[in-house]
Amino acid sequence: MGTTSVGSFFGSFLRDTLAIAAKDLRSEFRTKEALNASFAFSVVILVLFSFAFDPSSEQLQTISGGLLWLVFSFAGALILNRSFARELQNDCLDALISSPAPAGALFLGKAVANFVLLMIVELASLGVFGIFYDSRFGAQLGSIALVIALGTWGITVIGTMFSALTVNLRMREMMLPTLVYPLLIPALMAAMTLTTDLMNGTPFGKDNTIWLRVLTGFDFIYSILAVVFIDVVLIG
Amino acid sequence: MPGDERALEIDRVSKYYGHFPALRDIQLKIAAGSTLALLGRNGAGKTTLLRILAGLSKPSEGTVRVGGADVRDEKTRRRIGVLGHGISLYDELSAAENLTIFAQLYGYADPRKRAAEWLERVGLERVRDGLVREFSRGMRQRLAVARAFLHDPEILLFDEPFTALDDRAIAVLQGLLSGAHSAGRTIIMSTHQLREALLLATHVALIQRGQLAYTGERTPEMLEDPGYLYRTYGDN
Amino acid sequence: MRNKLVYVLCLLAAGILCWQLYNILLNLPNEKDQGAIYRIVYFHVPAIFTGFMGFFVALGASGIYLATRNLKYDAFAAAVTEVSLTFATIVLATGMIWGRIIWGIWWTWDARLTTMLVCWLIYAGYLMLRRAIDEPTQRARLSAVVSIFGCTDILIVWKSIEWWRTQHPAPVLSVRDGGGMAPGMESPIYWNWLALMCLAAVLVMIRMRQENMAREIDSLRRMAHSY
Repeated sequence: MGTTSVGSFFGSFLRDTLAIAAKDLRSEFRTKEALNASFAFSVVILVLFSFAFDPSSEQLQTISGGLLWLVFSFAGALILNRSFARELQNDCLDALISSPAPAGALFLGKAVANFVLLMIVELASLGVFGIFYDSRFGAQLGSIALVIALGTWGITVIGTMFSALTVNLRMREMMLPTLVYPLLIPALMAAMTLTTDLMNGTPFGKDNTIWLRVLTGFDFIYSILAVVFIDVVLIG
Repeated sequence: MPGDERALEIDRVSKYYGHFPALRDIQLKIAAGSTLALLGRNGAGKTTLLRILAGLSKPSEGTVRVGGADVRDEKTRRRIGVLGHGISLYDELSAAENLTIFAQLYGYADPRKRAAEWLERVGLERVRDGLVREFSRGMRQRLAVARAFLHDPEILLFDEPFTALDDRAIAVLQGLLSGAHSAGRTIIMSTHQLREALLLATHVALIQRGQLAYTGERTPEMLEDPGYLYRTYGDN
Repeated sequence: MRNKLVYVLCLLAAGILCWQLYNILLNLPNEKDQGAIYRIVYFHVPAIFTGFMGFFVALGASGIYLATRNLKYDAFAAAVTEVSLTFATIVLATGMIWGRIIWGIWWTWDARLTTMLVCWLIYAGYLMLRRAIDEPTQRARLSAVVSIFGCTDILIVWKSIEWWRTQHPAPVLSVRDGGGMAPGMESPIYWNWLALMCLAAVLVMIRMRQENMAREIDSLRRMAHSY
């Protein structure tokens, strides 16, 4: 029914992506298991770090970006691990793959859902960070939000892809972090540096646009690679 | 020939795990409207073949086509319905939400309406907003069947459909299958329950060590003596 | 024929290494700034090349595997990655020893060491993944994707650290500290380079043979169990 024009292909691809994203979000908002665990974990990390560093010191200013992204990436792992794993129950993954939805839509739908969930946890954590460490970053809020969004998309793309890759392995919980964190190093380096600069009041400038380019390049390259290879990973 | 565009053609399909041939040179044409009972011992290759037909796995060699189009094509997948071991439903979503998602993925313009139709057909419209997690076993199975038949597939794939069903559920399933057969659907089911399957089947295929040991029409002799095939063509 | 090649390369590598070891330890004088320890560069630098080769070659082999689905390419990718991991370990170890003696620190986040460390982590992850998957075809398919992702990552890390360091110079474990070495002192680097390449080729060939045999045994085992 209907012609297979490029337009209609993209239309149905988008519809499928949004359907999958909506399903994942609906599931998660109903139980809130991963959201709660993730947020609780990030608060714990922030508390523990307050014992390691004097929150009012100069030291904090230089490590704020690093600290935040450590919190984001560790707390994010809890959400990302569940991404494809939640489909294993009742054999839902098979039903999704055998449906007409392309594997790329399956992947992007889950990535979008993960992105939303991660952003929620991160923005909440950012608030907690501001309170615990008396950090003022209102001036650069827009830029900070942009960096967080870009960095989070990087974590999401890699995390979702490897969630799919490890879904059927017996050591899934161990393999996911082992594979994902080394790959995230360039994105995290960039995000950490940019965030530290922004939180200390330095806007985007000659010095750190390189990192902005690294981050966007990372996101772009891996988004494409993921959509290209998801078929191989899920089906064969 | 009429009906040919709905025939399933398995053309020299092989599947290797390393060098081990799980399926070897399977050549089979399943005519439209027939009901094929796929027989064979555990490990013979039935599930492997069914997964390839369902588009869940790629053959190492050979192709599977429906009316000339590859089985992994989006159009073809729309015409295939799959019911495996798991019910392929999300526990934390309601019956209506579950069916709506799959109606969306199968391209219905009004997925909610389609979902509602099928909820009525399987008698679950009163619990449409109940979470699947709270359903009884029988209700879950009925919903699973609704999901599989939702998009009016011309080709139905069942992996051991009679396993772990009580007598009442078996009767219901048999009714559905013979109804589908009368409506001209093509049905392929792998099974151990010889008698129930042979009753419905028009054709049988016996897989042994990854190869097609026998294929042909289901004869009355087979019905009288279900073990006949295994003794004649198997290697017991 | 293959065996003969392995032996010849082995002898060649051993010969060159022995000759250069003699040369390095007995003939060459101490470098004026660094003292005796600078000699470690004759193993550190060649090992860098063999350590990095893994990611180009494995990337290519993984891509070819996915295109052809011939398991021999998978065996090649795995062998090359494992051998590169070994040489990456050598780079890190020699770098750390050198740094400790020259700069007094065990580690510095200089561009090359950091990239090599990330490289090491990615190779190690790849090998761990392979251990976690029993079925050869699935293992080949998934590790090929990991290899492609991993090797792209190393490129990104390399480039971004290079850009960063051009703006923020930091201590670099460089062999060209004084603006070049005296002519006679450079040749051992290239000879050792050749020797280590031969050694790497030998190790890859042996490892590949192991992979291929392990896969055959796996298939035989499956056949035995299924009948």
